Amino acid sequence: MKILVAYKRVVDYNVRIQVKPDGSGVVTDGVKLSANPFDDIALEEALRLLDKGLATEVIVATIGPADCQAHLRNGLAMGANRAIHVVSDQPIQPLTAARALLKLVEKEQPGIVLLGKQAIDDDASQTGQMLATLWGRPQATFASKVEVAADKATVTREVDAGLETLEVDLPAVITTDLRLNEPRFIKLPDIMKAKSKPLETIAIADLGVASGDLLTTTHYAPPPKRSKGVMVKDVAELVSALKAKGLV
Amino acid sequence: MSKVLIVAEHLNGQLNSATARCVTCAKAIHADSIDIVVLSDAPDAIAAQAAQIAGVSKVITVANAANAHALAQVLAPQIAKLAAGYTHVFGPSTTFGKDLMPCVAALLGVAQVSDVMAVDGPHTFKRPIYAGNAIITVTAPAEHAVVATVRTASWPATGAGGSASIEAASVDATLPTHTRFVTLQQGKSDRPDLQSASKVVSGGRALGSADAFSIIYSLADKMGAAVGASRAAVDAGYVPNELQVGQTGKIIAPELYMAIGISGAIQHLTGIKDAGTIVAINKDGDAPIFEIADFGLVGDLFQIIPELEKAL
Ligand SMILES: Cc1cc2nc3c(=O)[nH]c(=O)nc-3n(C[C@H](O)[C@H](O)[C@H](O)COP(=O)(O)OP(=O)(O)OC[C@H]3O[C@@H](n4cnc5c(N)ncnc54)[C@H](O)[C@@H]3O)c2cc1C
Ligand SMILES: Nc1ncnc2c1ncn2[C@@H]1O[C@H](COP(=O)(O)O)[C@@H](O)[C@H]1O
Repeated sequence: MKILVAYKRVVDYNVRIQVKPDGSGVVTDGVKLSANPFDDIALEEALRLLDKGLATEVIVATIGPADCQAHLRNGLAMGANRAIHVVSDQPIQPLTAARALLKLVEKEQPGIVLLGKQAIDDDASQTGQMLATLWGRPQATFASKVEVAADKATVTREVDAGLETLEVDLPAVITTDLRLNEPRFIKLPDIMKAKSKPLETIAIADLGVASGDLLTTTHYAPPPKRSKGVMVKDVAELVSALKAKGLV
Repeated sequence: MSKVLIVAEHLNGQLNSATARCVTCAKAIHADSIDIVVLSDAPDAIAAQAAQIAGVSKVITVANAANAHALAQVLAPQIAKLAAGYTHVFGPSTTFGKDLMPCVAALLGVAQVSDVMAVDGPHTFKRPIYAGNAIITVTAPAEHAVVATVRTASWPATGAGGSASIEAASVDATLPTHTRFVTLQQGKSDRPDLQSASKVVSGGRALGSADAFSIIYSLADKMGAAVGASRAAVDAGYVPNELQVGQTGKIIAPELYMAIGISGAIQHLTGIKDAGTIVAINKDGDAPIFEIADFGLVGDLFQIIPELEKAL
């Protein structure tokens, strides 16, 4: 069984995002870019299934600009067997990402597609669900535990009410939550090995992905600021401040 | 002419208040009609609750044994069928809506607007990106239905006072059997619900153990507050996952939020920015949480919390 991992490059989660003064976007020049944290977790889960002999091959795929190659090499260094780079210079919205991933799915026929539950740049949380729908296959989103046996997977999901467990027939789409696993660190020799692993490049136009029906972003603004409040010196002062506001 | 269809969220026969928050958002686009659809194995009692929300025109029920649990790939084809004739389909941006609504959008072949926090017009919305560090204005194409999730913390719930008609619908859609519900391990608690509570007391990594976290529960009980936690506290196993507040947990807007032994990472702050009053208690006077707290108190929580509980 092959596993396809959707592996997006995003602005690193430690970067303090600044909105450009003219509202045309956020500052991305010179900021650190990394794998979406949820996608590292997706890749780690795929690699564990590979290590256990439950998968035969792990493929990382990204849809992004030409300079995403180094990002995919990181995925290969972590342990993926090969990589697919769908090249697009335009920012990719979830519907387009799902349509492009579907093309890869049709070609590769994976038993599981693992994605992050959300990309921490657009915070959309859509792509996995859209892919499952377009593919006509099961989805188990926000996974914190995955067990694979033959043609089924049992997935525990983090939902608002608690933990939900679903059983899905394979092939299926699974999206990862933070507590699924802790991604391994890349070792230096693996970076060398990754250089010779296969990395296929396809222009998004050549995949035949329908465009259109997308959202247009017209303005970026910084969030409303909360003003810094006051420091109280002790519990008594805190309690009287809260009482004055009618909160206790 | 905007006609909005809202997908009701419910569990154990109870309508979730997120549904009434979606109604408030629908009102902001000056909808000509707002309908709610309840998909369930036994929708009647839930529909009766939905019909009471002020301003709702009609409640549609779809009774089907396959709808006993909210499986996105089972519900979505039914909602996509019912969406014909509507200009907007809304769901809450809870785990229920996040799981389901993109499937509806994909079936309708449209993009989804996630986490609507403000409405500029029937097709133009504001939503947060980068953990709420930027707010974007997006426009959806006017020639298609708009599928959106509503950021519940941005919208108060519309109150009761309505008496909408209830109509049973039968939907002709093939429903998959490839996904099966096994269990729901539900945190049972008599405390107020974290997502709708007016007061929330949250604890972080500083609590140090599940046992020690009991002082947070005890303070919350004294205050009649819900209990929340940072990711670090959940990861360490002090409390269950459903208590996590933040970018990847729950986004909440209580009147009072108390962050105790929480440093204030941006991913946590995203979840509490809409709170009325934020109180921070931390032994590190430079902790980032103090930058957004209305009232800050520097000190050891193990001293402060018992003292505070006594003083209340
Ligand atoms: C993709 C991603 C998503 C994330 N999503 C979330 C999310 O949804 N929610 C979330 O919370 N985090 C999230 N995080 C994690 C976040 O970055 C922080 O790691 C986390 O919030 C830290 O939790 P904390 O404040 O409890 O712990 P710490 O940062 O370790 O802070 C502990 C604080 O307790 C104080 N303290 C220690 N002892 C005492 C004492 N005796 N009395 C008083 N104060 C004391 C310390 O001074 C410190 O400020 C996410 C991270 C990533 C990468
Ligand atoms: N351009 C992309 N390239 C690779 N994977 C993507 C891309 N966009 C989205 N994904 C995958 O879809 C998940 C959810 O993204 P989103 O729906 O944008 O929040 C991410 O965690 C990735 O696994």
